[in-house]
Amino acid sequence: MLQKDINGGGRGFNRDEEEEEDEEGNRGDRDAWERTYTDERSWEALQEDESGLLRPIDNKALHHAQYRRRLRTASAVRIQKGLIRYLYVILDFSRAATEMDYKPSRMAVMAKQVEAFIREFFDQNPLSQIGLVILKDGVAHCLTDLAGSPEAHIRALMGKLECSGDASLQNGLDLVNELLNQIPSYGHREVLILYSALCTCDPGDIMETIQKCKKSKIRCSVIGISAELYICKYLCQETGGLYYVALDELHLKELVLEHAPPPPAIAEFAISNLIKMGFPQRAAEGVVSICSCHKEAKVGGGYTCPRCKARVCELPTECRICGLTLVSSPHLARSYHHLFPITPFNDLSPSVLRYSQNSAKNCFGCQQSLQNPGNQRVSCVTCPNCKHIFCLDCDIYIHESLHNCPGCESFKHSTNAVPMEE
Amino acid sequence: MTSVSSKLPTDDVSLLVVIIDTNPLFWTTLNSNFGFSEFLSHVLSFLNSILLLNQLNQVVVIATGISWCDYVYDSSTCVSKRAETLLDKLEEFVEKDESLSTEDSADGVAPSLLSGSLSMALCYIQRVFRSGSLHPQPRILCLHGSPDGPGQYVSVMNAIFSAQRSMVPIDSCVIGAQHSAFLQQASYITGGVYMKPEHFDGLFQYLSTVFATDLHSRSFLQLPKPVGVDFRASCFCHKNTINTGYICSVCLSIFCKHQKKCSTCGSIFGQAQLQDSSTPDKKRKTPSQ
Repeated sequence: MLQKDINGGGRGFNRDEEEEEDEEGNRGDRDAWERTYTDERSWEALQEDESGLLRPIDNKALHHAQYRRRLRTASAVRIQKGLIRYLYVILDFSRAATEMDYKPSRMAVMAKQVEAFIREFFDQNPLSQIGLVILKDGVAHCLTDLAGSPEAHIRALMGKLECSGDASLQNGLDLVNELLNQIPSYGHREVLILYSALCTCDPGDIMETIQKCKKSKIRCSVIGISAELYICKYLCQETGGLYYVALDELHLKELVLEHAPPPPAIAEFAISNLIKMGFPQRAAEGVVSICSCHKEAKVGGGYTCPRCKARVCELPTECRICGLTLVSSPHLARSYHHLFPITPFNDLSPSVLRYSQNSAKNCFGCQQSLQNPGNQRVSCVTCPNCKHIFCLDCDIYIHESLHNCPGCESFKHSTNAVPMEE
Repeated sequence: MTSVSSKLPTDDVSLLVVIIDTNPLFWTTLNSNFGFSEFLSHVLSFLNSILLLNQLNQVVVIATGISWCDYVYDSSTCVSKRAETLLDKLEEFVEKDESLSTEDSADGVAPSLLSGSLSMALCYIQRVFRSGSLHPQPRILCLHGSPDGPGQYVSVMNAIFSAQRSMVPIDSCVIGAQHSAFLQQASYITGGVYMKPEHFDGLFQYLSTVFATDLHSRSFLQLPKPVGVDFRASCFCHKNTINTGYICSVCLSIFCKHQKKCSTCGSIFGQAQLQDSSTPDKKRKTPSQ
């Protein structure tokens, strides 16, 4: 009950909003159309301009600044990245997760964000594996084992959405510690904890458990849903993880997704090694065979393990029969952009542009005009290698999704002519 | 104006980004009587028919040379004199391409800059996505002939994955003599159509029957099925295609034999443990309570 008070006080709505809601509450239940607006809180995205007119807040500049900060921390130096990760996501589904400060409840929001995270994680780390652990009723239980298929995890998670009892951080860490000790030495061991309770109900000394995690080189990160806890902070400090507390749903999403790209590798955490892998060929269409993963006869599709000739349905996976890791070359290629990141673009101030000869009128990538209706330059960026100019939207897209500089790619490297010489 | 009608007008309006290979070295090696000008006449009529299929359709053409790539046509900016504008820009482009290219293409046909034009096309498409909820359905069509450039592998794959993420299909029509492994993978991964026509004289017919329909109508058509894409990797040491190999856990380089040291990233590999140590019999213990 103490918990509840703290949450209520710490979070709280904006005063004005509450008043507004009260006013409307007098008229009984709101109409459906009204409800959609109150949920979206569209008025929060408005601001008054100098002439007193309502304008949507210019999120673009804000957004871009945020992205630049992220980029700078990510690509400060070319650091080794842990590409083969074994990550356990621990979800706190204790009583505290029923709190309604996130709509509709903390549990539903957590599940939604974890679903998005799982998809993004496998998109960025195709050779890695995830497992799910749930804390409730004072115990930790393993919902899914380490595996590489996003759909299986999401299905298991969505089928188990209920919460009760207390959360025990120690039980969760003990379980994960045990499970992660079985993985091969080249893998990076990681734990991501989404913690909503304000206490932990442990059977023993949690400090010992934290030291054990530190010894087994497990990187523990915690995202708090309610308020900062010393024990979580201490855990992250000791094991080299990150600790953040989410302010709202959007912030939570951002914090969760921050864990999707591979973290910088700590050399002694994983021993570099050669891993034996198989590159199965796709079976011809129309062939009927029994797959080893579902034990069902299937027509067409599927892949054949090159070592034991067993049939599997999807890649990447581990052969059920001989244990060989099976991948395809695109899975490896998907990770290469982490190894060859493109350089951050430089800001171009309008004053510099006016005097430079480099006066392209359009963004090199999307051909968007770089001039406002008033013939003024909008802010833009330039690639330090090819000197082409890009708009801010392209800048974000190029660094976050494309991972190619269109300017550098569309100019042959062997020639030594200057790209913009007109 | 409501959400019900907002979806309807767009599902058959398409934005087609066509990537044309202008590699002069390739077009001169194509010995048959099918030259670049014949190719262009087929493509121009194809582009015209796309624009006639729906008045809201949009066509963007990107030319891919051996030293640079550029936009040569955008139907949203120039309305009249379609063919003239396109040809003028294309001529300008080819001349500049020629002046930029240095005469060092000793061995065989130099590859076109496919990665560059794909990246540009994706940037353009991203801009259309940004333009609001009522945007045309984008797709990319690669009319490509010159051989794949191995140096572009990583960047082409990056572009393919980005296209896959934003659900943009990459169709490919290969005009050259041999199949293109890049485009096969591109079409397979993004759910586009890959085709290599037998008779170039009928190129327009191939284009109009396979690539002209919008994405929504595609589901009703019998389009060419992928013949089989080779997803096997080739090792970094001998460039052999391999069935099983060894992957460096640090940089994911592929080797066909066991090595002591990674030639790419220089990390020295730990002792033993050649086999993946994870065994099927995973022990489970109940948590301590």
